[in-house]
Amino acid sequence: MASITLEGLKKTYAGNVDAVKGIDLHIEDGEFVVLVGPSGCGKSTLLRMVAGLETITDGTLKIGDRVVNKLEPAERDIAMVFQNYALYPHMTVYNNLAYGLKNRGFKKDEIEKRVRIAAKMLEIEDFLERKPRKLSGGQRQRVAMGRALVREPAAFLFDEPLSNLDAKLRVQMRVEIKQLQRRLKTTSLYVTHDQLEAMTLGDRLVVLSAGQIEQVGTPMEIYARPATMFVAGFIGSPAMNMVPVEYLHARGSNGLLDNLPDGTDIVGIRPDDMHLTPPEGPHLIVQSTLELFEAAGAESHLYVRLADSDQPTVIRVSGQPPVAEGETLRFHVTRNTLHPFNSTTGKRTGD
Amino acid sequence: MVENRPWANFFAHTVLIIGVALVIFPVYIALVASTQAPGDLLRGTMPLLPGSHGIENYKLMWQSGVSTANSPPAAKMLWNSFVMAMAITVGKLSISLLSAFAIVYFRFRFRMFFFWLIFVTLMLPVEVRIIPTFQVVADLKMLNSFAGLSIPLIASATATFLFRQFFMTIPEEMLEAARVDGAGPLKFFKDILLPLSVTNIAALFVIMFIYGWNQYLWPLLITTDPNYTTIVMGIQRMTAEENPQWHLVMAAVVMAALPPVLVILFMQRLFVKGLTETEK
Ligand SMILES: Nc1ncnc2c1ncn2[C@@H]1O[C@H](COP(=O)(O)OP(=O)(O)O)[C@@H](O)[C@H]1O
Ligand SMILES: [Mg+2]
Repeated sequence: MASITLEGLKKTYAGNVDAVKGIDLHIEDGEFVVLVGPSGCGKSTLLRMVAGLETITDGTLKIGDRVVNKLEPAERDIAMVFQNYALYPHMTVYNNLAYGLKNRGFKKDEIEKRVRIAAKMLEIEDFLERKPRKLSGGQRQRVAMGRALVREPAAFLFDEPLSNLDAKLRVQMRVEIKQLQRRLKTTSLYVTHDQLEAMTLGDRLVVLSAGQIEQVGTPMEIYARPATMFVAGFIGSPAMNMVPVEYLHARGSNGLLDNLPDGTDIVGIRPDDMHLTPPEGPHLIVQSTLELFEAAGAESHLYVRLADSDQPTVIRVSGQPPVAEGETLRFHVTRNTLHPFNSTTGKRTGD
Repeated sequence: MVENRPWANFFAHTVLIIGVALVIFPVYIALVASTQAPGDLLRGTMPLLPGSHGIENYKLMWQSGVSTANSPPAAKMLWNSFVMAMAITVGKLSISLLSAFAIVYFRFRFRMFFFWLIFVTLMLPVEVRIIPTFQVVADLKMLNSFAGLSIPLIASATATFLFRQFFMTIPEEMLEAARVDGAGPLKFFKDILLPLSVTNIAALFVIMFIYGWNQYLWPLLITTDPNYTTIVMGIQRMTAEENPQWHLVMAAVVMAALPPVLVILFMQRLFVKGLTETEK
């Protein structure tokens, strides 16, 4: 086990495509870090540089105390789980797990022992003699994990390992990966574009956009205090609403907006911070027209348009309020739930 | 199909039976002819039932051949053909597997140039380049040798191209997973690419073996020594005689047709298996 340190890591693909534009990140020994960002932001590229599958254009990569920039993947003591699993189709599950150990010159009984332990942990003991094509998606996923486990590497690298599974299995595997990592305490770097996966899995979250880090922090830190408008919009579902300060001012703000930090011209409001019933204490009131009502079981999403503006906004309420589409609603927001931003820099202005 | 339509069934079977009969008939005639006594075939009417000289004709052809036609025993010629066909097949397969591997998995300078170079040779089959090739083989003193028979026919753009296409369908992650698992290029080739290519190899093996077995012009040109006469050449020589001994020619023809059939039967298991259990 080891820590992973990225210093100014850069990747420029042929044709001057700057996929990764200088990343500094330190991953503690045993930590579970999730890289999250929209498709095409360079997550895979970054992970593959750590794995050694992509050359590093600039910067330093350390695993433990070793600089590994130039080492082959096999020499970096990492294991990777691919999105499409990349199992060897002509080998049995057993051999899929054993292949990496064989190549490293492990003794037969040691291989056998490790494969059995990993298979037991992942509950794939019954399939050891089968070929991957005779397995379901979820089982293949487990085999792919097993292939990483048996090696007992310094770090696990995951590239969207759950995105080929159906929703139910995804939740189940998510929980299992988390439990497994807790138990093994192996340093892990996990790439996903799914913000729910990101929020629930990681000890720490790294939000990437266009090859750069937007914010690093625990999932709750990032949720509670997004550092940029990008993060604010990306983490949390439905996404945070962005309302111009001017608009709120024009509707009478009871002086609530007077102490916003300098430079604030837009505020973010999470859909769950917009209440239909007035809260105690001072608050803002905004009128809006309900355009679409979406009942999602325990909660409902109200898609509204702010009065006298074409600003679309989402409100999340628990249960199913007695409202009808086309109706004009009033919602209430308290000062402490506002996230102040400057729309030119895209950065948080304070609070 | 689960449908039950007697007329469609009847029709389909009739067409199939006619088709099969058309293919089988010449083979049957060859078999019948090879069992006749000398001279029986020269009387004008072709016998349609097997004669009684089968064993002696085959024995004669197998053991002594037709010396007047400069055609050695069939046993010898079959062996020569077999060695040549195997050398061509194995050579072609190994070279094209390796070159496809290089072209798909290695980023070297002029990679595409070499690919096109190989591809262009598709336009130059043996017959087109036969004179210069003969010159080269003669200069290298390879006339009358198995090397001369097989080496010039080994380079194969077709197989290289097919393997390249196949390798490109293998997901890149397979290579990456193997790299993470500590397999170098050759290990990856041996442990992963080769086993995945078995179906293609088996199919190409059959095609190439038949191609090698049927070579006619090239062996005719570069061998004069009867020790290297192939069965196809032998048959040609026997028929070129003034009074061809058709019963022996037919015996040789039947024997010449057997090895390709055996190769197909043997390889069939491999590629039928592959075709039904697509592994990807
Ligand atoms: N081999 C490559 N050559 C050129 N550009 C690439 C290559 N791989 C990825 N890219 C580009 O780099 C950017 C980041 O890609 P990637 O890391 O795969 O994104 P993500 O995994 O976050 O979806 C994309 O704009 C993509 O088009
Ligand atoms: Mg990706």
